[in-house]
Amino acid sequence: MGFREEVKARSKQPVELCFQCQKCAAGCLIAEHADLYPNQVLRLIQLGEQDRVFNSSMIWMCSGCETCGARCPNGIKISEIMDALKEMAIERGIIKEKKIHLFNDIFLNTVKSHGRIHEAMMMANYKMKSGDLLSDMDLGWKMFLKGKLPIFCRGVRAKDEVKQIFDKCNAG
Amino acid sequence: MELAYYPGCSLEASAKEYNLSALAVSMALGLRLKELDDWACCGATSAHSTNHMLSLALPTRNLAIAQKGGLDIAIPCAACYSRHKKADYVLRHDLQKRAELEDIVNFKFVGNVKVLSLLEAFHSRVGLKAIADKVVKPLTGLKLACYYGCLLVRPPEITGFDNPENPVSLDQIMSAIGAQPVKWSYKTDCCGANLSATSSSTVTPLVSRIINMAVEAGAQAIVTACPLCQLNLEVRRGDCADIPVFYFTELVGLAMDLPGSDKWLVKHFVDPLPLLRSLKLIA
Repeated sequence: MGFREEVKARSKQPVELCFQCQKCAAGCLIAEHADLYPNQVLRLIQLGEQDRVFNSSMIWMCSGCETCGARCPNGIKISEIMDALKEMAIERGIIKEKKIHLFNDIFLNTVKSHGRIHEAMMMANYKMKSGDLLSDMDLGWKMFLKGKLPIFCRGVRAKDEVKQIFDKCNAG
Repeated sequence: MELAYYPGCSLEASAKEYNLSALAVSMALGLRLKELDDWACCGATSAHSTNHMLSLALPTRNLAIAQKGGLDIAIPCAACYSRHKKADYVLRHDLQKRAELEDIVNFKFVGNVKVLSLLEAFHSRVGLKAIADKVVKPLTGLKLACYYGCLLVRPPEITGFDNPENPVSLDQIMSAIGAQPVKWSYKTDCCGANLSATSSSTVTPLVSRIINMAVEAGAQAIVTACPLCQLNLEVRRGDCADIPVFYFTELVGLAMDLPGSDKWLVKHFVDPLPLLRSLKLIA
């Protein structure tokens, strides 16, 4: 299966229908902070330019706000495509935005082991592993003082059930 | 009226005041919220960015628990709401994926419960009149920018609630409690909360623009229905104006003069008390 067909099959989106009206780009708040506009990602998929797509920061920076999909005249849900592309990039070991991937990884590992997110523990873990120890120290402290970062929090009783879901989805 | 309640992880930590005010106000409005037994995290952005089936299966487990109880489910967090609504949509419309999810989560989908955001539950189930009837201290003079963010009304075919470009439900609730919502065009712009920890330099300009536009429209404060938006708008604003960001439940509680408001409002990073005092809305 070619690149375009794989994106189409995994995202279930009619990639070929994009005619570059650029409504998605016009409403995209992340576009100015990333390297490609959403419509450019679509065009590159149509052209089969997989390396440029997988090495793009846009597929990682996309916040999944669904504005593009809600406005697309051809009904293309672009955030579904962005998610499919990230999944495919991870499978190929191409991680353009390492901090975002690390955060997702730590987040999901926390869910897998506890069933819920313990915000304090997860952020401490992310800070250690990303090497970004200093930023937000004062924010973390203020949150703690306001009782917004409890040391203990309720986990899930049926932890095995949650673990099994991860295993059956081949995740984590 | 009784609904199942899925608080989500952040309502037990960074958004405690949302949880406290949501529970207190709901009870006072005659809406009993019954916490979903042994709920798990929905996987949020991290799951849908990494593994499609996982992003559907985690919320499906919660939907399976709700199905047993038979109560429609109210979700205060816009991101959690979005993930559950998406899973529910797939279970209803994609028979192949439904079968896979039933196998992964080990249940049989019946489809007897509806997923609502807490905002929708207030707007459509409690109703504007019932809210207005409980107001004892109308928030007269408080000009608010109602901020919906991304996921309460998008994608429209999945949420099926309010208008995706110009939603009004929150504005109507704020009018019902005597506050004055302003007209502005940034109601549904994304604040970038999912990048808040990993790329704060991207997020600050997004937040600044939202706050500046709210101020330009004449708002004295912003009101939200999402814990991620609320925290992000408070802590990633850079050198912007210092207008407070409320949860809608806090303001409804204030207008109903519920005891406990003092415990919620002190948890904010941008202190809302001076504004409320200046409008004589609190002593």
